[in-house]
Amino acid sequence: MPNAHLKVWRGDTGGAYVDYDVEYEEGMVVLDVVHRLQATQAGDLAVRWNCKAGKCGSCSAEINGKPVLQCMTRMETFIPGETITVAPLKTFPLIRDLVTDVSWNYRVAETMPELKLSAPDADGHRRMAQIDIDREQEFRKCIECYICQDVCHVIRDHPENMEKFAGPRFFVQLANVSMHPLDQNPAKATVSHGFGLDYCNITKCCTDVCPEGIHITDNAIIPLKERRVDEYYDPVKALVRKVFGGGDKK
Amino acid sequence: MAEIETHDYDVLVIGAGGAGLRAAVEASATGARTGLVCKSLLGKAHTVMAEGGIAAAMGNVYSEDNWQVHFRDTMRGGKMLNNWRMAQLHAQEAPARVMELEEWGALFDRTEDGRILQRDFGGHRYARLAHVGDRTGLEMIRTLQQHAVHRGMDVYQEVTVNRLLKDGDRISGALAYYRESGRMVLFRAKAVILATGGLGKVFAITSNSWEGTGDGHSLAMQAGADMIDMEFVQFHPTGMVWPPSVRGILVTEGVRGDGGTLKNASGERFMFNYIPSMFAAETADTEAEADAWYEDRTKRRTPDLLPRDEVARAINSEVKAGRGTPHGGVYLDIASRRSSEYIKRRLPSMYHQFMQLAGVDITAGPMEVGPTAHYAMGGVKVDAETAATTVPGLYAAGEVAGGMHGSNRLGGNSLSDLVVFGRRAGEAAAQYALGLSTLPSVSEGEIAERSAAILKPFDGGKENPYTLHRELQDAMQEEVGIIRTNSEMQSALGKIDNLRERLGHVQVEGNIQYNPGWHLALDMEHMLLVAEAITRAAVERKESRGGHTRDDFPGPNADFGKVNVVVRHTAGGLGVTQEPLPQMPDELKKLFEE
Ligand SMILES: Cc1cc2nc3c(=O)[nH]c(=O)nc-3n(C[C@H](O)[C@H](O)[C@H](O)COP(=O)(O)OP(=O)(O)OC[C@H]3O[C@@H](n4cnc5c(N)ncnc54)[C@H](O)[C@@H]3O)c2cc1C
Ligand code: SF4
Ligand code: SF4
Ligand code: FES
Repeated sequence: MPNAHLKVWRGDTGGAYVDYDVEYEEGMVVLDVVHRLQATQAGDLAVRWNCKAGKCGSCSAEINGKPVLQCMTRMETFIPGETITVAPLKTFPLIRDLVTDVSWNYRVAETMPELKLSAPDADGHRRMAQIDIDREQEFRKCIECYICQDVCHVIRDHPENMEKFAGPRFFVQLANVSMHPLDQNPAKATVSHGFGLDYCNITKCCTDVCPEGIHITDNAIIPLKERRVDEYYDPVKALVRKVFGGGDKK
Repeated sequence: MAEIETHDYDVLVIGAGGAGLRAAVEASATGARTGLVCKSLLGKAHTVMAEGGIAAAMGNVYSEDNWQVHFRDTMRGGKMLNNWRMAQLHAQEAPARVMELEEWGALFDRTEDGRILQRDFGGHRYARLAHVGDRTGLEMIRTLQQHAVHRGMDVYQEVTVNRLLKDGDRISGALAYYRESGRMVLFRAKAVILATGGLGKVFAITSNSWEGTGDGHSLAMQAGADMIDMEFVQFHPTGMVWPPSVRGILVTEGVRGDGGTLKNASGERFMFNYIPSMFAAETADTEAEADAWYEDRTKRRTPDLLPRDEVARAINSEVKAGRGTPHGGVYLDIASRRSSEYIKRRLPSMYHQFMQLAGVDITAGPMEVGPTAHYAMGGVKVDAETAATTVPGLYAAGEVAGGMHGSNRLGGNSLSDLVVFGRRAGEAAAQYALGLSTLPSVSEGEIAERSAAILKPFDGGKENPYTLHRELQDAMQEEVGIIRTNSEMQSALGKIDNLRERLGHVQVEGNIQYNPGWHLALDMEHMLLVAEAITRAAVERKESRGGHTRDDFPGPNADFGKVNVVVRHTAGGLGVTQEPLPQMPDELKKLFEE
């Protein structure tokens, strides 16, 4: 069995990287190696995980400087002998080792508008064509790993912006509400409120790291920004669109 | 006793998977002050991992479908051991619960005419599972989570309940700790709903996450609640088998529902050799008929979609007979049967999972699969209408509750179970709580004693909690796994005793802040109790049925078909008894006469 050379962040903000050698086998992912480390050398190593299959978004970390899911990063992607640095997400306050305080995201979630759907058809069903919800379903693939939040320079470099900027994960959620074919929210509940959309200068860093491959900038942020301009300058058009649906609301 | 952080609620919900979230929403809507606690972050519970879909007889794809057919499929899948009333309520109410999820924002895949699309799954006569590709659980938990956080309840994330508290016979609250700080927190509550999910982590090969340690099963037993059907553990036939680090990770039954087929090493579709007489009349016995069935429901269904217990045993037999794959599984082939585009559209996360974790392109070649410990049919005994347990004020819903699925659960029937009985538990618990004028009391002495016991793993032992866990998993896998026999189970009971003794000398490193080693040491107590309950119930049931197969008692036994095995925790340890099954009314019996 080969050995992996790991540098793992240990402790809180006053902590340091600690070097470990851990045996690993073919097919392992970084999370497996971290677990083996935990079981054999560092019983109290703090790390979050649940599904081990890229479905729950718990195990986000910065590996060799890149924010990824530990459970979807195979050991084979590293050069044998390469030192693998495993660090917590940098944008969020550190709790301990690889675990950060992501509660800000949950506070933002509470400010998001809820969907308000139009009444169902007489037979109780709601009819939506698959083609009209394909993009919506893309938004709903989000596993809330907060990796996009972690890389976004608006908050990574300026934590004070967290007060007024919801971040890419939540622009995806806003887009979900705003573009739902049956949603009846008035525009002010979704796009014109802004949620800090104006701070985004479309660097696309969020899209590049999304493990779900959601086109955060092209499919969510840019259409929201366009819509915001529309709604802002043409309230009548906005009203008509909300009442009668259709138009670009697809 | 040091001052302990305390919160008071009408209803405390333990668990934020589908069942807990739905229960909390309903309790809150009924007017109860509601608190919700979970071990992980919100939205990460097991429910998020569910793939294939949620079963509800909406009849969108086959208008012949209705609750009676769903009820019948569920009972037959459970080998008639199910609580008939739960199965009936479930079949009747599931469609409304699915529509409600849509109302709250869930976006299921659509039929041609724009309604909710339904897919085929094992044991379901008609295409019945509403789904979103193969990530239905994510859709469901996110919908419920977003709905819940706007309903004004308090959520405690990364808080683990360690004990339920009682005032005389009644429930009075729960004692828990924050994972982050290690500090204790006391919840005083008039009613408590357990929605803690499953127990797969007592087995070595499992589809379950770190949370599946059976805490709720154990908490209920320690509070004196009756448990039923603990011997029935579902081994899902298709878990990944290679590479070793992903062994057990689930491959959705949707692969077979969408046309995939099982083959042994020589390419034979072996399921045709394992059709049990109970399902012979409705199962195709030629490949041609099986393949035609996907499009034509006058044909009989493919044996690839027999209930899970049948398929898991068949795979086990093929591998034992030396007809398995190099890594000890069988092949699951959809590549040669469906177009690459279809596979990627219907099963995107399976495509992703195999590509990224195993380097296998499922649109080009077969997957290697084998059984994995997946679901606990057994659990806390509940009243069908209210989800009330045998302890006043304690309710249970979702995977932690027993009875609904009998000896074997059909795929898709869990997600629907969560919302049907989550809602019922929430309403009944709220009503019970609103009927009490004062909070029941908690015992200061008990809290002090427990708070001290929780810290014990920090001093003075030598046992590593990770090692103890591994040994328990290996013992259960080998001796209380898919095929069981009395001598092996007795050996497992001995090992459980030994592990319990060693757990008394467990030593954890570090301090109380976010310390997984410590948390595991505390979870081990639950896992040992749950493992013992499974094993004792399995020893008691001297027959083979559903998710319980005995080498020393092959085949079902009519007498055991009339009883539930009940496990009860008393001062003297775990006791096992048999209780007659509730009897179905005649008009429902008729459904089984055809
Ligand atoms: C990979 C996979 C795929 C599946 N696919 C399907 C499918 O397609 N269709 C289907 O119907 N079923 C499926 N199932 C089964 C189904 O997902 C589960 O049975 C179901 O989600 C369980 O839901 P629950 O609400 O009962 O509990 P869970 O979702 O497991 O949630 C349990 C909750 O309890 C909390 N908890 C546990 N212990 C404590 C404690 N001590 N203190 C505080 N909180 C605690 C946890 O933190 C969590 O929030 C699948 C299961 C798996 C593993
Ligand atoms: S595109 Fe916008 S939201 Fe995304 S990382 Fe760049 S600035 Fe942040
Ligand atoms: S949008 Fe993508 S990167 Fe951002 S939280 Fe969701 S899944 Fe993660
Ligand atoms: S553990 Fe769930 S995404 Fe990694």
